[in-house]
Amino acid sequence: MSAQTGTSVQQQTVTPRHKHKSGKYIVGYLLSLVLTGISFSLALTHSMSFQPLIVVLVILAAFQIVVQLFFFMHVTESDGPAYHAMGLVLGLFFTFAIAFMSVWIMGFNSIVS
Amino acid sequence: MWNEGPMIWTSDVLILLTSVGIIGVLTHFKKWKWLWDEWLTTVDHKKIGIMYLIAALLMMFRGGVDALLMRTQLAVPNNHLLTAEHYDQIFTTHGTIMILFMAMPFIFAMFNIVVPLQIGARDVAFPYLNAISFWLFFFAALLFNLSFVFGGSPDAGWVSYPPLTELGFDKGPGENFYLLAVQITGIGSIGTGINFLATIFKMRAPGMKLMKMPLFTWSVVAASIVIIAAFPALAIALALLLLDRVFGTHFFTMLHGGDPMMFVNLFWIWGHPEVYIVILPAFGIFSEVVATFSKKRIFGYSSMVASLLLISVISYFVWAHHFFTMGAGANVNTFFAVASMMVAIPTGVKVFNWLFTMYRGRVTMSLPMWWTASFVLNFLMGGATGVMLAVAPADYQYHNSYFLIAHFHQTLIGGTVYGLLAGMYYWWPKMFGFKLDKKLGMWAMVLFNIGFYVCFMPQYALGFMGMQRRMYTYPAGMGWGTLNFISTIGAYLMGLGFLFIVIEVIYSIKYGERDLTGDPWNGRTLEWSLPSPAPHYNFAVIPTVTERDYWWELKENNRTHELRPKAETLKSIEMPKNSARPFLMGVAFFFAGFGFVFHWLILGFAALAIVAAIMIHRALEVHDEYAVPVDEILETEAATGRL
Ligand code: HEM
Ligand SMILES: [Cu+2]
Repeated sequence: MSAQTGTSVQQQTVTPRHKHKSGKYIVGYLLSLVLTGISFSLALTHSMSFQPLIVVLVILAAFQIVVQLFFFMHVTESDGPAYHAMGLVLGLFFTFAIAFMSVWIMGFNSIVS
Repeated sequence: MWNEGPMIWTSDVLILLTSVGIIGVLTHFKKWKWLWDEWLTTVDHKKIGIMYLIAALLMMFRGGVDALLMRTQLAVPNNHLLTAEHYDQIFTTHGTIMILFMAMPFIFAMFNIVVPLQIGARDVAFPYLNAISFWLFFFAALLFNLSFVFGGSPDAGWVSYPPLTELGFDKGPGENFYLLAVQITGIGSIGTGINFLATIFKMRAPGMKLMKMPLFTWSVVAASIVIIAAFPALAIALALLLLDRVFGTHFFTMLHGGDPMMFVNLFWIWGHPEVYIVILPAFGIFSEVVATFSKKRIFGYSSMVASLLLISVISYFVWAHHFFTMGAGANVNTFFAVASMMVAIPTGVKVFNWLFTMYRGRVTMSLPMWWTASFVLNFLMGGATGVMLAVAPADYQYHNSYFLIAHFHQTLIGGTVYGLLAGMYYWWPKMFGFKLDKKLGMWAMVLFNIGFYVCFMPQYALGFMGMQRRMYTYPAGMGWGTLNFISTIGAYLMGLGFLFIVIEVIYSIKYGERDLTGDPWNGRTLEWSLPSPAPHYNFAVIPTVTERDYWWELKENNRTHELRPKAETLKSIEMPKNSARPFLMGVAFFFAGFGFVFHWLILGFAALAIVAAIMIHRALEVHDEYAVPVDEILETEAATGRL
């Protein structure tokens, strides 16, 4: 966005910029690393049985989404137009479609084996 | 490289000669500094667009030569011009290059050249990111093309399914080239998707409400949404397969609970939407061309917008139609079959709207219009055969046959490539300030179009006769010989058509009709209000839009002077500074890719460290803009006669 600061006066649709502290990004980054690390180690060490492991991984993934939204995408600070919310809904829709439909599609595996 | 036979040796020599030639010419005319200052470090969206266009045309040539080699091999039964392995490499590189290194850069060329001008902006939202996206694509293409002279090309198809692509079955570096090159260009594509969505939502001229945007811009919105939603799936699939190959994990091997079908699933979560990513901008181009050359506003604007967005969402829910025969249950197949057929509805709406726009319009058959008209027929057939493929039980018959090959080429060539060529002809004067020659262009169009039908119609029949895709040769007694021979003739006609485009470009550089008005087609949208080529800051004064097709309305009411700058009110303009870093970042990614291809992990990680260093350097940069002084603007505007 930086390139446009000079011209933004003439561009009606540009919303004012927020000041972001870098600290928040670092915390968000660390949190997502930790969450990824936990999922990885759980999967690698086989320390849980399959069904509960899947549940835990899904929960961790949901936390990951929350971290991304709050620490990097600043959902709470938005004062922009309604399409922000629509974009978010569409994104979540796509995400869940991929996850759950993949489970549905790949379900044939358990029947075959 | 040394043991690959005369074909590769010849290419080696040719590549060497071309490189020496290019270096010689640049040195002779002392053009190095110009190249660096004006092009390699540029962040101007118009120049980046032109570089995308040149690269896309070069890649179309390379992919086309691959296609001709394949068709030559298949022209007669029992042919042994190519070995089986070589044929495999060629269809793999052909498919990958055409989709990722031809169609994608070509649509990005159009995005870059047109969108900021159409919405009355001075640049894209993130000019620096835009340059990075381009150089990632460029160096990824270089890495991919290097494979055929350096270590061997990938040979497992453009879909690269495991287990065939796992280390156990495919040792060579070819597959690594594929994985890394596609990964790198994919990162660039995600950047472009984000960039243009932000540009269109944030940078429109005052007064240009969403429903006043030109349809091409709307099609870029639709395509960008799909890019952002689909490309991450590809990145994940490729990264996991790379981990399997380089670091010995088992995501897609049956050992330790891996599953190759998951790759297929992830691949098509990207792969299907990808074909819409490349067709949606073409739809946008046709809408602009049809409206301009019918001298009418587009019929059913809102339904056009709605259908673009519907296509982008529905197309996301059809990916399983690429593996109907995998053995998923009837419910899964039914769902995806119905969803696939539903895409035909909004597409049909668009076709009817184009036809209604032309109906009773004062239609001028210029080159862009000829490509558009040829497209409509193609797309009716491609759409019909697509619905046939979407019938899940019937697909057990068509799956992986030549029927499929004919179908997807009819949509990819007859839709995407025709659309992009129409766009290239349409906006060429805006890019370069002269028109492409119509007579040579007609030859190209006619040859390409006839060649197209001669090439692909027989393939539908061959599919029904049982010919499978990816066969490198076939025995004489199958009855496939004649049709294959005809098909090959068609392919050569298309090659000839492409040559005519090349001749046309060269001829037009010298003799093409100059465009002094900036509005050679009597256009409707804002880009035609600027001189050709547009000054680097685009608009001296940002227009305030009150209507759809604003430029057309102004012309109708003799109010065009309102968009002219006035000397008294001009202000200096802030523009982004050129930067060497995007280019250097591309180079670093190239070496990282190269390192991982050959398992030279030290080179790979060192190059990635350089990427990180460049990013940190950028983060610490304070002054990335400069002010264009009023004098310079005055001078530029006066030179184009606008003051
Ligand atoms: C000059 C025009 C073209 C000709 C003559 C041509 C010909 C061919 C041939 C002979 C094959 C291999 C079929 C097989 O043996 O399985 C093929 C595959 C393919 N083509 Fe084309 N092609 C052309 C243009 C294009 C374009 C413009 C695109 C995309 C935008 C494209 C995308 C593909 C893809 C994705 C494959 C599948 C590769 C694979 O099986 O992995 N082609 N083409
Ligand atoms: Cu599909």
